Amino acid sequence: MLRRLHSEQPASFAFTPANQAWAEAQMTKYPEGRQASAVIPLLWRAQEQEGWVTKPAIEYIADMLSMAYIRVLEVASFYFMFQLQPTGSVAHIQVCGTTSCMICGAEDLIAVCKEKIAPKPHVVSADGKFSWEEVECLGSCTNAPMAQIGKDYYEDLTTESFTKLLDDLGAGVAVVPGPKNGRYAAEPKSGLTSLKDYEAGKPQYNASAELATEIGDGVKRIQGDEVPLLTPWIGKDGLVAGRTAADPTPPAPERPMPAVKQAAEKKAPAKKSSAATPAQPEAAAAAVTVDEAPETLTAARDGTPDNLKLLKGVGPKLEATLNELGFFHFDQIAKWTDAEVAWVDARLKFKGRIERDGWIEQAKLLASGEETEFAKSAKKDGRYSDK
Amino acid sequence: MLKDQDRIFTNLYGMHERTLAGAQKRGHWDGTSDLIGKGRDWIIQTMKDSGLRGRGGAGFPTGLKWSFMPKESDGRPSYLVINADESEPGTCKDREIMRHDPHTLIEGALIASFAMQAHTCYIYLRGEYIREREALQAAIDEAYDKRLLGRNAAGSGWDFDVFLHHGAGAYICGEETALIESLEGKKGMPRMKPPFPAGAGLYGCPTTVNNVESIAVVPTILRRGAEWFAGFGRPNNAGTKLFAISGHVNNPCVVEESMSIPFDELIETHCGGIRGGWDNLLAVIPGGSSVPCVRGEKMKDAIMDFDYLRGELGSGLGTAAVIVMDKQTDIVKAIWRLSKFYKHESCGQCTPCREGTGWMMRVMDRLVRGEAEIEEIDMLWDVTKQVEGHTICALGDAAAWPIQGLIRNFREEIEDRIKAQKSGRMGAMAAE
Repeated sequence: MLRRLHSEQPASFAFTPANQAWAEAQMTKYPEGRQASAVIPLLWRAQEQEGWVTKPAIEYIADMLSMAYIRVLEVASFYFMFQLQPTGSVAHIQVCGTTSCMICGAEDLIAVCKEKIAPKPHVVSADGKFSWEEVECLGSCTNAPMAQIGKDYYEDLTTESFTKLLDDLGAGVAVVPGPKNGRYAAEPKSGLTSLKDYEAGKPQYNASAELATEIGDGVKRIQGDEVPLLTPWIGKDGLVAGRTAADPTPPAPERPMPAVKQAAEKKAPAKKSSAATPAQPEAAAAAVTVDEAPETLTAARDGTPDNLKLLKGVGPKLEATLNELGFFHFDQIAKWTDAEVAWVDARLKFKGRIERDGWIEQAKLLASGEETEFAKSAKKDGRYSDK
Repeated sequence: MLKDQDRIFTNLYGMHERTLAGAQKRGHWDGTSDLIGKGRDWIIQTMKDSGLRGRGGAGFPTGLKWSFMPKESDGRPSYLVINADESEPGTCKDREIMRHDPHTLIEGALIASFAMQAHTCYIYLRGEYIREREALQAAIDEAYDKRLLGRNAAGSGWDFDVFLHHGAGAYICGEETALIESLEGKKGMPRMKPPFPAGAGLYGCPTTVNNVESIAVVPTILRRGAEWFAGFGRPNNAGTKLFAISGHVNNPCVVEESMSIPFDELIETHCGGIRGGWDNLLAVIPGGSSVPCVRGEKMKDAIMDFDYLRGELGSGLGTAAVIVMDKQTDIVKAIWRLSKFYKHESCGQCTPCREGTGWMMRVMDRLVRGEAEIEEIDMLWDVTKQVEGHTICALGDAAAWPIQGLIRNFREEIEDRIKAQKSGRMGAMAAE
């Protein structure tokens, strides 16, 4: 199934401080160097906070876990619980439609969704409150048909109880999850056939519904302060007992880095190391020289720029770039010092061209009114005949 | 019927206390350190003697699986991973353990990990079970608080941690190597075997992946003895088992019963019979979506265990998730829905499965409406045979079997529909 990032993305993402603390605590569950394991829980928390998984959230989590962006994007698009587009502001309704639920009436529930929310799944309703989808088996088959709304399972539904549920949620009325036909959990509806001894003293709700009513965060956007953060696996000595006792887990194999980061990292040491690496004279030359901005013009003198394309190695595209930077005449280029070459070089897409193509020598000749071989032939065949 | 005192999951419906204190009242965490004190070999031998077969669907003997783990560490740690990614359509048994009787699982994790020299256990829970995760985590927190986990867990001298991890809605992560991939933070795509997880699993370390129910029954088996557990069910199908009965029975439920219970006894005792009576029974899927369906009349005398369902009926016990369908059910559509499920859940790694599941679903879609040729039934059969056994994991097989079961058992139903569509008359069969 094709799943893509949404066309409109927010500018940024950050966990709330409590969610950030929670996320960092999750990372301690995994051995040193294996923090990538936490990617699904972290993405999930981002979705709980924002309602869906955004591109900035993917990048934020990739940075947190030292993963390549693509690896996190892969995970976000592989697992169907990650909503890659905005969902309803109140809730995203997930109706189980797999066989057990289907033969018990899930299609009627889906019809309710189509009528009350939107004709198509993953579309936000007109009032912005809901969206819906049909999901695969949610593992509550003896309580079919059922739907997951936010964190909770609503089970043993009928069209009536489901419609009322949606109305209540839309109106902000508190709802209790769990079976909607009077059952307690997954026991036979007509009465217990086993384990009858404890029936009298049973708590009001089953474990799932009890947690839902206690915490009250069923369809809430999670901020991280709903429940206290516990990390019992970290002992008083700050160590994880089972991990210290065992042999160390082997480190993760080296992973490739995103290209942007590779570039950034390559650049950083290049500036620092003054000793040139002889294998790469160009890089070395750039490394020893410090940038210095040359004199530039805001417009060509007398409004008539020189045809910079007559320099070998400069095409229309580069000429435009040079003009943008404030260079219009051969004599400007002829005067560049090493430091100024480095400045210009840093602003061009193809590093080292100035030196490689000998722009300065060519410019000196052209500025003095002489011609170069290249300029001659270029003029002759009308390669740049627009001028 | 199984007596209450022989049930392992005594708080299956959550009506008793779910706390640690409640679990201890019901007999859990009783003498755990003594059990561990009897040593690895004793634990593994008792598990072998008990005849416990894995409860996740394949039915591989649990004790034997544990014995594959290295006896001596080669410098790598060992891991126990508990598969709580319960996603097989029809299956909803582990959920009841995790939310209502979580301490059976945590105690089992400690003992099993000790037996396999693992200091760390990860429980991989399906992402949708959010409240179950909270309930289980609360139980784990409580166990840490009472020093049943962590350093010198339960006074056994074994340092042990349990970490709860979750997925995000991918059925394939129930396959053990896909689960390991997912736990490492990757897409859940199954790995080639060998190497088997016992050699190189999670983080490249020796790993055993067990189902929740397989681990949760361990403490009780060790406490009450292998003979007690082996006393239930027929030989080679020992023990008690959680059955989840859904669909067209009067009272769908999850219930613990003895293995090899007759199907009609299971339904009559706990589910209040078939909706509309036994004559109204059309078909049963006895072990979750991945096993072939069986005609109702054959099911009536069936015995619910691995060997009978496989040997006599060509189906399987799987996860003991029984889906019952009465005669008002559109059986072709019910199986089409499973095809849609497998198409949705194929991870896309192997071509026969990625392409085959979609292809099979599209043909099934036409068969539901009868817009097909009779020959296409055989072609569909052939395609299921080409998908089956030609993929890295068993999802391809699982996608093929329901369709094979349908064609084997309900071929005339499909043919009727095609004929009716062609002649433009419903019930064409009756007219012929």
